Amino acid sequence: MRLLALVDCDNFYASCERVFRPDLKQVPIVVLSNNDGCVIARSKEAKAMGIKMGIPWFKVKKSYLAQGGKVFSSNFALYGDLSKRVMSILEGMVKKIEVYSIDEAFLDLQHVQNINHAHEFGIYCRNTIRQWVGIPVRIGIAPTKTLTKVASHVAKNTSGGMGVCCLSDQKDIARILKTLPIKEIWGIGHNLSRQLNQLGIYSAYELMQMDIRLIRKKFSVVLERTVRELRGESCIQIEDHCDPKKQIVVSRSFRGRIENLSALKPLISNFAVRAGEKLRQEKQKCSQVSVFISTSRFNQQLQYRGFDSFQLPCPVDDTRSILMGANKILNTIFRKGYPYAKAGILLSHFSHSTFLQKSLFEAKDQRHLKQDTNLMQTIDALNDTQTQVYYASQYPAKLSPIQKDMVSPKYTTNWWELPTTK
Amino acid sequence: MTINYLGSISANDLPATFTKFFVETVSVGFPSPANDYLESPIDLNQYLIKNGAATFLVRVSGDSMLDANIADQAILIVDRSLKPKHGSIVVASLDGDFVCKRLQLKPRLCLLPENSKYKPIYIQHGQDLDIMGTVTAAINKFE
Repeated sequence: MRLLALVDCDNFYASCERVFRPDLKQVPIVVLSNNDGCVIARSKEAKAMGIKMGIPWFKVKKSYLAQGGKVFSSNFALYGDLSKRVMSILEGMVKKIEVYSIDEAFLDLQHVQNINHAHEFGIYCRNTIRQWVGIPVRIGIAPTKTLTKVASHVAKNTSGGMGVCCLSDQKDIARILKTLPIKEIWGIGHNLSRQLNQLGIYSAYELMQMDIRLIRKKFSVVLERTVRELRGESCIQIEDHCDPKKQIVVSRSFRGRIENLSALKPLISNFAVRAGEKLRQEKQKCSQVSVFISTSRFNQQLQYRGFDSFQLPCPVDDTRSILMGANKILNTIFRKGYPYAKAGILLSHFSHSTFLQKSLFEAKDQRHLKQDTNLMQTIDALNDTQTQVYYASQYPAKLSPIQKDMVSPKYTTNWWELPTTK
Repeated sequence: MTINYLGSISANDLPATFTKFFVETVSVGFPSPANDYLESPIDLNQYLIKNGAATFLVRVSGDSMLDANIADQAILIVDRSLKPKHGSIVVASLDGDFVCKRLQLKPRLCLLPENSKYKPIYIQHGQDLDIMGTVTAAINKFE
């Protein structure tokens, strides 16, 4: 039987914060979103205190700190580096791996012969990552991706199970699926789970028993695939090549509130510039720019959300075109008199940058295009150093304002922030 | 309004990859006879780091390991994948603090400093000791 594994880091951001802080071994840890808005990660101890995922920090701050909890602003330099280390260890262990997110990867266990061997591999894998990087992981092993998710869920909720759960025996699978609510199944969102509930389907087992043809007719082939996967039939392959991103978003919540268009404009320009850099890093061109601005969702009196998109005449990766589009949109969506709390830019409709789609109305010849490309490369290279080149509409500073009052050192990526020892 | 004057830029101010960009396009005349013998420059990472995923850098604060050639402010290369042995220099966390000492497993578990000013740390029952990793090298900078 072919087996797959899902390796999932436990409370990843909170675990990262602990790697260089042995004094926080048993201490509750929460990590906040950019601008210290909401709780985005919790250690086991913080969960036990009843801190909910996504809750605004100001709501729990007082009682959490009073109970001795420790809080961190998000430190993505650290999380990104530790994630890379975990993934590179996994890459050394198997031939085929799909890095699914910063803290999850699917592995193809084509080298294991049987389920016992797979279980041993899981324990070895877990111990190695724990020892080499200091991050605890749990591992779900099963014949399909959807079932590895279920196995990982089981591993998470069983104490003393060594963090490894193998699901291959039909009877075991059926027993577990009977106790699993459908909303816990990979790919089943809130709406779908409500629709299924209305049909009297509550457990994963009941879903698995449904008639495949009925599912395809009433729902979709996507749900059909999920059901087949629950039955042990592998339908979703491991994608070991990296799919190019479908969109790029740069957004921020502001420290204070912004009411003027003139104050908002430079910030949007900064987002546009950063998004342009990301776009070129991905070697993509985009033909749609969107901008959104919104007031705080905690301000009940004055609520406004503005969003619009601008279609570019041909796919570009030139920051100047993105800036032009972004400013046009901002002028149309801006409304006076609102205290704006958040804004962002979204680039979409990508095509690979080596592929040139000529516009009828774009009269630029090859030589000009080459010059534009060189200009962007030059600016990117300069901005990568101490020297900074700003566009006229920008706020002359690196992306700001971003509030991070409680951020831990960049232990692994900055010479001046290394951990110290006596 | 703020205007930042960029100043004049010489090739030395630019990052290495950027300089290369120019070198390739500007080269004219007789090709360098060294071209066929180009090798990558010596890479300190290659010399100092065996297992990148498991290696961390840690800065030393204090002189308790001076006799093992680890000075104050030295940077330690710590490999978490190497099993610490009797006599290895290790970075360990002891009751929540990182310490760098020589590990003694027999006759009694002990962390030995390498400086007569400091006393050996015998691990008492109930103390919390975790070995983070083995120190494979130390970099002391003189200037």
